[in-house]
Amino acid sequence: MGNPIAASKPTITNVYRRQRLRRMVRNKWLYIMLLPGLLYFIIFKYVPMYGLLLAFKNYQPFLGFVDSEWVGLKHFNRFFGDPLFWKLLSNTFILAAYNILFFFPLPIILALMLNELRSQAYKKWIQTMVYIPHFMSWVVIVSIAYLFFTTEGGLVNEAIASMGGEKVQFLLSPGWFRTFITGEVMWKETGWGTIIFLAALAGVDTQLYEAAKIDGAGRMRQLWHITLPAIRSTIIILLILRLGNFLDTGFEQIFLMLNSLNREVGEVFDTYVYTTGISQGEYSYSTAVGLFKSVVGLVLVFGSNFIAKRFGEEGIL
Amino acid sequence: MVKETSWASRLFDIFNIIVLAVIALVTIIPFIYVVAGSFATQRELLEKGFILFPTEFSLEAYKYIFSTSTLMRSLGVTIFITIVGTLINITLTCLMAYPLSRRDMDFRSPIQLLIIFTMLFSGGMIPTFLVVKELGMLDTYWSLLLPGAISAFNLIIIRSFFQQLPPDLEESAKIDGASDPGILLRIVIPLSLPALATFSLFYAVGHWNTYFSSILYINDSTKWPIQVLLRQIVMLSQGGSLGDTSSLESNFIPPDQAVKMAVIVISTVPILIVYPFLQKHFAKGALLGSVKG
Repeated sequence: MGNPIAASKPTITNVYRRQRLRRMVRNKWLYIMLLPGLLYFIIFKYVPMYGLLLAFKNYQPFLGFVDSEWVGLKHFNRFFGDPLFWKLLSNTFILAAYNILFFFPLPIILALMLNELRSQAYKKWIQTMVYIPHFMSWVVIVSIAYLFFTTEGGLVNEAIASMGGEKVQFLLSPGWFRTFITGEVMWKETGWGTIIFLAALAGVDTQLYEAAKIDGAGRMRQLWHITLPAIRSTIIILLILRLGNFLDTGFEQIFLMLNSLNREVGEVFDTYVYTTGISQGEYSYSTAVGLFKSVVGLVLVFGSNFIAKRFGEEGIL
Repeated sequence: MVKETSWASRLFDIFNIIVLAVIALVTIIPFIYVVAGSFATQRELLEKGFILFPTEFSLEAYKYIFSTSTLMRSLGVTIFITIVGTLINITLTCLMAYPLSRRDMDFRSPIQLLIIFTMLFSGGMIPTFLVVKELGMLDTYWSLLLPGAISAFNLIIIRSFFQQLPPDLEESAKIDGASDPGILLRIVIPLSLPALATFSLFYAVGHWNTYFSSILYINDSTKWPIQVLLRQIVMLSQGGSLGDTSSLESNFIPPDQAVKMAVIVISTVPILIVYPFLQKHFAKGALLGSVKG
């Protein structure tokens, strides 16, 4: 205690603390404003995270959360031992792969085409039209798909029938399920997806094009050597984000398209959590399934972010 | 710009214009078909199959819908949820975004970290359901309003937006004796109106289209939003064996094609009407969203 340096240290901290306290009193309104939001995050985000402990318990409603018995990894063992686990995993992966293969490039191509338009008015028109489906709910999109493809008076099947063909069970057959899921996403989100690429394209230095023209580059060469490299990093970042959310195949859409006949190829982790948890009331087991999904998702986000940085990109975290 | 007039370039332009027109039509025609069909008679629909403009204009489907209590009630629920929900969203988001935008506030970064973490990891469906249940919100409108009251993503963007405003404005307001809530209300919010309008639209679209949370939290069919009813009418009334039809009211008659289409129109058009008014802003808003917070 006799050491003057050691003795002066706490006083500096004290001064700092006192300053902070004074600042906090002066800023009291800021904390009051912050309060409702903080409560929201605690109640609806952090309490459910604490509730994940249910996955390690045998939840019984009459005992409540605290008194229910601990069972360790029992639910996880049951889930991983179930052949359904592999089914869910492969269904999720195939849908996600379809999404990246068939949907992901579309907004880029569309943005490039829009960017080549010379008439700004025409560009605006096209954009206005292709954005619209983004604002429709999945229920509406799936309903429209039903109206077109059902065997009972659906437009497409009526057309097939009038040409003497056999009606196709588009909505009930497992073979069509993935095509429909991917097709609907394309229809709904391609236009909206162009926004970010168009913004990136707007930032390209026009002098580059002038220079290329003088060097005799045609439009295809300009596209290849100037436009595409300019949006490369945007493409990579979005691809990484997509990989990070790999397991989040559009849940609501799948839920709506799912029926007893295509469940074989359509059931994914989220829909399974809903069926076992909410419909059948197996809270602990389905919480375990949900926790598995969340953890894998988190690993994917960090993993893809790591890869992004390896590629010399900024990453998202 | 140097004008290009080479044949290849012209050909490319023409090709591009045509393909884009086709894409736009493919996007919009299914919806136009549904709108047209909702004004057509059942006979014309059956005869022609595909119409983009009904020759016998009929309001029968809409008359039928507006005479049913079920549909009107659902529409009322959706309008209520959308208005009240959006007000709650934007109020809570602004209230939280403003303090977080202030560099002189303590504990700013730990709180932000706490918020960002919820974007990466969550308790998931079942624990959230149990929290809502424990709070006694099942079968109340609160369950549709509160669990999604703030989007962490929108919050971070609005905070960044507030942060860009020149701090001098706040300084001078403070010298004039304004309190922090006063600054938010009289300076920050008026200056951010375009951004806030955009995010209100995003929140409003979310509420209007809300489907799954109602399936999860609302068993009472008198409190169903329009989207849930739409699914019952279009998807579950046909095929019989599809999905769970148990919750469908037994006295509900299986509607004809035009009625189904009219329900789709009613559950889509009101929110689409808002969109042109905000269109010039949302590209900017969505863009802000893509930039790292």
